[in-house]
Amino acid sequence: MIIPHPLLGPRDAQEFVYLGDASLIDRPDGLAADAADRFHDYLYLRDNPAGLHRELWYHEQGDRSWLVVTRNTLTHEITQVELARDVARARGRGR
Amino acid sequence: MPEHRLAPLTALGHPDPMVVTVGPVTLAEHTDIALASLAARRGREGDVAAAAQAIGLPLPGPGRHAAGPVWSAFWLGPDQWMVEAAFQTHEDIVAVLRPAFGTAASITEQTDAWVRFDLAGDDLAAAFERLCALDVRSMQPGDASRTVIEHLGTFVIRGRGGITVLGPRSAARSLHHALVTALRSAF
Repeated sequence: MIIPHPLLGPRDAQEFVYLGDASLIDRPDGLAADAADRFHDYLYLRDNPAGLHRELWYHEQGDRSWLVVTRNTLTHEITQVELARDVARARGRGR
Repeated sequence: MPEHRLAPLTALGHPDPMVVTVGPVTLAEHTDIALASLAARRGREGDVAAAAQAIGLPLPGPGRHAAGPVWSAFWLGPDQWMVEAAFQTHEDIVAVLRPAFGTAASITEQTDAWVRFDLAGDDLAAAFERLCALDVRSMQPGDASRTVIEHLGTFVIRGRGGITVLGPRSAARSLHHALVTALRSAF
């Protein structure tokens, strides 16, 4: 599988490590009143779509950036790749 | 202060850098290099760019290496670079860089973490397509990228008339063996 890196162009998937669903970016607030419930959902509840899936990949043997890859789980076609830090900042994350 | 009379050794364990010739290719260990990683701190990217320009340090874009008269650098990741200078004159490279960047950048000594091999010769792609997944054939002079060679994270830098490889110093002999084996296979 070839992952089109937004900065470095097409790169072999063996340079990457897979983490999981991109919803892991949305870490709940640990100080919220319902933090225990929200962390339960954050840790254990996942969608398992047959189709487009947004997931986190780490370019470990490359520029060490985290990517949000939109991949079709039926065809492995990759339709979009973004830097995870851009995704996180767009959602108001980051200090 | 005690006086140490220790003989310096290269990463391959010899007093002098090792040079191997395989067919048309020369593979030489390069020891006269000091390295430091430079990472711009959040919101200080502009300060880092200005400070680098002031001392004549080029900060190339993604996937690139840029050489200057004193300082050279290649891109590691967003807002991160590996800075190179001659070991003879910049052995304590962090102490030299620190006053220029102050608190705008995080600078870490990298000299002793890496071994550098310079390969000189034409059509090195024949050897590198046996070593890594990079499309070395389409790399232009000045292209630099991290990749995997024999399970080792290495930097491959395409120069004019050759390729430079930086790999983990603790695995210098393994990497050297891999390079020599690939060269013998290709040439």
